[in-house]
Amino acid sequence: MIATLTLRERRIGLGLSILLALIGLAMAALARQGPMAVHGAMALVLGLGLVFLIGGALYDHPEQGRERLARYYDAPTRFGIIMALFWGVIGMGVGVWVAALMYWPEATPLWPATSFGRLRPVHTSGVIFGFGGNALIATSFYVLQRTSRARLADSVSPWFVLIGYNLFCLWAASGYLMGSTQSKEYAEPEWYADIWLVVVWLTYFALYIRTLARRAEPHIYVANWYYMAFILVVAMLHIVNNLALPVSWTEAESFPVWSGVQDAMIQWWYGHNAVAFLLTAGFLGMLYYFLPVRAQRPIWSYRLSILSFWGIVFFYMWAGSHHLHYTALPYWVQTLGMTFSVMLLVPSWASAGNALATLNGAWHKVRDDATLRFMFVAAVFYGLSTFEGSFMAIRPVNSLSHYTDWTVGHVHSGTLGWVAMIVFGAIYTLVPKLSGRDSMAWPQAVEWHFWLAVAGTLVYVVALWNAGITQGLMWRAYDANGALSYSFIESVEAMRPYYAARTLGGALFLTGLVICVLNCRATMRAAGSQADSADRPLAAHPAE
Amino acid sequence: MLKLHYNLEKISMGLVGAIIVVASVGGMVEIAPLFTIEETVEIPDDLRPYTPLELAGREIYMREGCYACHSQMIRSLADEIDRYGPYSLAAESAYDHPMLWGSKRTGPDLARVGGKYSDDWHVAHLMDPREVIPVSIMPAYPWLTRSLDTRLLEPSLATLARLGVPYDEAMIENAEADALAQSQPESDGAAAVQERYGEDVAVRAFDDDPARLTEMDAVVAYLQSLGTLTDAAHARLAEGAQ
Repeated sequence: MIATLTLRERRIGLGLSILLALIGLAMAALARQGPMAVHGAMALVLGLGLVFLIGGALYDHPEQGRERLARYYDAPTRFGIIMALFWGVIGMGVGVWVAALMYWPEATPLWPATSFGRLRPVHTSGVIFGFGGNALIATSFYVLQRTSRARLADSVSPWFVLIGYNLFCLWAASGYLMGSTQSKEYAEPEWYADIWLVVVWLTYFALYIRTLARRAEPHIYVANWYYMAFILVVAMLHIVNNLALPVSWTEAESFPVWSGVQDAMIQWWYGHNAVAFLLTAGFLGMLYYFLPVRAQRPIWSYRLSILSFWGIVFFYMWAGSHHLHYTALPYWVQTLGMTFSVMLLVPSWASAGNALATLNGAWHKVRDDATLRFMFVAAVFYGLSTFEGSFMAIRPVNSLSHYTDWTVGHVHSGTLGWVAMIVFGAIYTLVPKLSGRDSMAWPQAVEWHFWLAVAGTLVYVVALWNAGITQGLMWRAYDANGALSYSFIESVEAMRPYYAARTLGGALFLTGLVICVLNCRATMRAAGSQADSADRPLAAHPAE
Repeated sequence: MLKLHYNLEKISMGLVGAIIVVASVGGMVEIAPLFTIEETVEIPDDLRPYTPLELAGREIYMREGCYACHSQMIRSLADEIDRYGPYSLAAESAYDHPMLWGSKRTGPDLARVGGKYSDDWHVAHLMDPREVIPVSIMPAYPWLTRSLDTRLLEPSLATLARLGVPYDEAMIENAEADALAQSQPESDGAAAVQERYGEDVAVRAFDDDPARLTEMDAVVAYLQSLGTLTDAAHARLAEGAQ
């Protein structure tokens, strides 16, 4: 990291590290106890660590010359991928563990931090923000530079974004273990972590726009529209949903300003669009770059990309209320949510279809290249889970599926089948390139990973389809006398085989990820030191 | 149209503006009216806020992530009404910052669990669920026997009052004392709790030990309050049946 910075940038980095340490110290000193104090201490340690790292090597490296501006800046991307893999192992590891606890609850150790309810958000935040978020930031830097033919606008802010973002992830995960949570699903971190994320996110947006302004291509490529929608809308959702009044400025405790039905609507407007703009838009950005690059074919239809992009940006924002069918939310809002969820299928399938049509003529590559096959399967699962999503949003279907494991199965067909697969496709494309190699260190391991991932996803999803439909049917079954046929606990008992199978499916998927991590480590190790790549030459003059 | 887009995608801030505008419409149309249309939430006269002890229990319920497996929203479907009671009204969670409607029923809905089981049952169940229900997959919460931290109750009530929950001065000032008194039916403060929060408020030694105020007291008090803050839902269902 430090060798790639100029002396001035190192000094700025040193200043920011000192600032972080001071913020951490202030938080710890003011809070004195509880999660906020621990989080302050974490920031302090991280800040001091960075001070030593940068300060200790301030004059060790030769000064960067202007020739650096003719190269892409890929060191942050490498770091982001490593962090994505790190959080992937944590998030999915915890996921498999809590899945096992549902089959075998006695295995829960009797101390608070390892209880199911506290570990569950570590799993969700770990995979969504840790794994998914880091992968998105890392690849967005790479894609932005290639498609703009411009180097990142500066060298400090990408590090600020990545390190700051990972501090947020660390605060989130460690906070849950200490019992610090707002309880809003996928928005659990407390107020100071939320504010910190806003600072990080604004820096990210500024970096993106400043780099775009330096681009040498007059047109902004499709992938960047998606990455931009991801950055902008996630900021919007995050701020509105997390508006809260802290009980005190020195406590990790707050009350959301929203309550009751309005809070429910805002929460699911957030929740569903976190799926839309983090887990869909961002990864579509990834797909629109890495799939054509790997297949060596241009995107099939430019018009279809426009249609699907604006369709997704517009329709998704209406769909959140389908999480609240038959509840105390006014009927008209439920109906709007259902209608737009069904219409959403059009832009979703336009994207999936565009991706698959791009592969037309390159099917032999899909057959031979596991990396491209990851992206192909991702597009297929994207199409399948968006269909399933629209289907489940229809009111009568939802009356059966809601509150059951079918929803969990649906989410995992999206996150394992679509999100994780496209990330693996991108990682296997990127890691060799960033390491100055033609292929991964162990090409055969990519095959193994592919089949483990596909098998794991299928086992998981099929198990939970069965689980969810069984639950839904048991809950609504009446006997001949007009009484409910099953007590609730009977439906819990009926889940045992499915919970066992889903744990197995998750374990297969996790095994694949571990192989991926080892493979990436071997590939990066074999790289040695090489300069930033300049595979697509930079242009000297900006276009805008 | 294509030509328009062809030009738009050359201007980065144009794209930014367009994304913000297009993405804002859905939320504006669906969310803003929820604050202005009065029928969205009809506050019944008998609706009361949580007592400090119940509120503390609610914070523990959130801390332990109970909402991940238990919903608190009975949908207007026949089998749910038969299983859990009258369907939930918007007013019932009007003072809930945040709402805990939930999204998953690994365990049953809890919107009307208040009064359904005895305090002893809840304590035994939370200490070891499989003691009470052999095939339950709920985790045990033996650490709830530790003392309840009441430090934040007063500022919590004050914060909620600022957000519109009807806690008055006396409720805020006596928050800590009321929490303790609600678990000590023999104490002097017990009557004051009922005076402030209503006759129906349960004043009991929830964990069977009036000498110590524990997290268990708070959680059980909270669970026993669920669905009892107003009678509006029962009244609505009876009205519909006639």
